[in-house]
Amino acid sequence: MSTARSTPLHDEHLALGASMTEFGGWMMPLRYGSDIAEHTAVRSAAGLFDLSHMGEIEVSGPGAGAALDHALVGWLSTLEVGRARYSMIAQEDGAVVDDLVVYRTADETFLVVANAGNAEVVLAALEERVVGFDAQVTFTSPEVALVAVQGPRAAEILLSLTAAEHQDAVSSLKYYAITPATVAGTDLLVARTGYTGEDGFELFVENGAAVALWRALLVAGEPLGLVPAGLSARDSLRLEAGMPLYGHELDLTTTPFEAGLGRVVRLDKTDADGAPVDFVGRAALEARKSSEPARVLVGLKALGRRPARAGYPVVVDASKLDLVIGTVTSGAPSPTLGYPVALAYVTPEYSAAGTRLAVDVRGRGEAVEVVETPFYRRPRG
Amino acid sequence: MSNIPADLTYTAEHEWLTSDSPATVGITWNAQDALGDIVYLELPAVGTQIEAGSVVGEVESTKSVSELFSPVSGTVVEVNDEAVANPEIVNSDPYGAGWLVKVEVTSTGPVLTAEEYAAQVGS
Repeated sequence: MSTARSTPLHDEHLALGASMTEFGGWMMPLRYGSDIAEHTAVRSAAGLFDLSHMGEIEVSGPGAGAALDHALVGWLSTLEVGRARYSMIAQEDGAVVDDLVVYRTADETFLVVANAGNAEVVLAALEERVVGFDAQVTFTSPEVALVAVQGPRAAEILLSLTAAEHQDAVSSLKYYAITPATVAGTDLLVARTGYTGEDGFELFVENGAAVALWRALLVAGEPLGLVPAGLSARDSLRLEAGMPLYGHELDLTTTPFEAGLGRVVRLDKTDADGAPVDFVGRAALEARKSSEPARVLVGLKALGRRPARAGYPVVVDASKLDLVIGTVTSGAPSPTLGYPVALAYVTPEYSAAGTRLAVDVRGRGEAVEVVETPFYRRPRG
Repeated sequence: MSNIPADLTYTAEHEWLTSDSPATVGITWNAQDALGDIVYLELPAVGTQIEAGSVVGEVESTKSVSELFSPVSGTVVEVNDEAVANPEIVNSDPYGAGWLVKVEVTSTGPVLTAEEYAAQVGS
């Protein structure tokens, strides 16, 4: 028997014929039909995702900003109300516990969104790290569902269901921003964030209203090309967009620097009195920043048709498979680009764009080239 | 949803085969459904001698890769080039246009009846 949890939208997925899979302790839709069709719909029209497995944690109180500055690697107290920021939570040794999106929903309220499989670990860490600050940590995830509409038609679809008085707030919402709104008759939070590389929105809604919202979005979006999309499309979309996935590009053996995400580590952050903030992992990350990385994350474009997969060795030369200089962390055929792509950690000397390398694909060397990421960048109108 | 034609035989590794010779070999509806959208096929060349139970190719989808095991020993006499060029036909028609290889059979490995295979995949 599986002990995986189900989201409030579980029966909707089954009714839509989804293949379900366990992910991060949850039963989630892998795909409803063709994962390539779902992927393509998100790039050309829109896709509807159930992200209720993500972990929502509220940090509130007069000291919430200061508490997060101590708990996370980012400088969250400077985040404006209504804005969002990508951040990470590190261990004392600088290793990444999780990557997070943090929203400031009110002056004294932050919404931290953790990856499904890490939610409890992040919750426990935050509870421990806010001690001594005038702040409280609340695990709101059990009451909150999360639905995403992603793709070039996402704004049009969402606005068709948005209350008249919130039209302006939603249509003018900036990327990485959040606002309360009434959508399909339900009060919820609309964030212009996502994980697909497209324009799109993530809707935080109470569990009881999730099914009605999901159905309303499907009905409103169908004439515009919206389809429900599962984890398989989500993964190929995020890979094309060059975004890290915890457990693949990030884990407890990695600091943000190897992943090319050193910019999220704010060693310059100061408290209200202008004094440097001592955050968890600071000393280790400061030391790490000034040392040469042993490996760096790069994008690989396959020159043949066989995709590299997570865990496959990267080698300098297809004829010398024993000379390993790296490891693939994610890899798949790119439906948008028409060739396989991968992310891999390699030694720095082989990390320059244009470098020809090879991947050991089950015993055969397959030629790849180091390329800049993201592999895919959406056309901006 | 499952689709297991009664006139074919099957392997535990989700291949199907016809009982004539040359035998036609493919992967089952359940196999393609589990894999998702198939994007790449690696099949043995015509003339290759293959052994029942050995790995003779690969079926790769967006999410994963699966090995193709030969259900029979013999000589590959035909390869479905149409499927190699358009692997999605293995999804759309796994028992028809999405066949993979034809083999002149010298001996057959362990196979399952349609009923036994249905029991294995739980349908």
